[in-house]
Amino acid sequence: MTVTVKLFAILRERAGAAELRLDLGQRATVATARDALGERVPSIREYLPRVAWAVNRSYASVETELRDGDELAAIPAVSGGRSR
Amino acid sequence: MTQPDDDIRLTAQPLDVAAAVAFVSDGRAGGIDVFLGTTRAETSPDGRELVALDYEAYEQMATEQLRDLARRAREQWPVVKLALLHRTGRVAVGEPSVLIAVATPHRAESFEACRWLIDTLKKDVAIWKKEVWADGSGTWVHPENSGGTPKPR
Repeated sequence: MTVTVKLFAILRERAGAAELRLDLGQRATVATARDALGERVPSIREYLPRVAWAVNRSYASVETELRDGDELAAIPAVSGGRSR
Repeated sequence: MTQPDDDIRLTAQPLDVAAAVAFVSDGRAGGIDVFLGTTRAETSPDGRELVALDYEAYEQMATEQLRDLARRAREQWPVVKLALLHRTGRVAVGEPSVLIAVATPHRAESFEACRWLIDTLKKDVAIWKKEVWADGSGTWVHPENSGGTPKPR
């Protein structure tokens, strides 16, 4: 299967791309895609254990199974407010 | 989807407070609460001045999330009309990046709904900000430095 991966903010800058395609095996979860993404783009690998994930624009756990054509997004912690 | 009584958008244009208040003004409402989140001046630990924030959104997801927030607010309070606008792009110090205007029959509800909307929006809507400093450098604000990540739900 092929999924589209969208990257934002620091991940986008580090990767030098806002979007890329990943070819995964027949059965793949968000975790599978996360690991493949880290292999493909080593410059963002250190961030991946800490980001949240969205599949087709809804937050999803790393166990979520992917389907061909899904839109996977790596969601760094959102900006929120600063309490300082 | 969005009700005709809601104005929910991401926009790269300056936020127009008067237009939002005019949008939510309605004879059925006895109170309108307006919240503006603005870029606050900061000085970095090494003495640089903040000049702006750059906002980046996962536009489709963030818009869906804002619509969902509006729906959830309507489940909790008798919202007559609602405006929920968020900037993308560069927002200078002192300028608003988020505008919430809530019209309800009574004032207490408008305060509560507005407070809940801004607090919840800040937790998990897919919008990021980068601090832009006077020397041209930039720093992404990611609360993993000081807080949690959004939870799947």
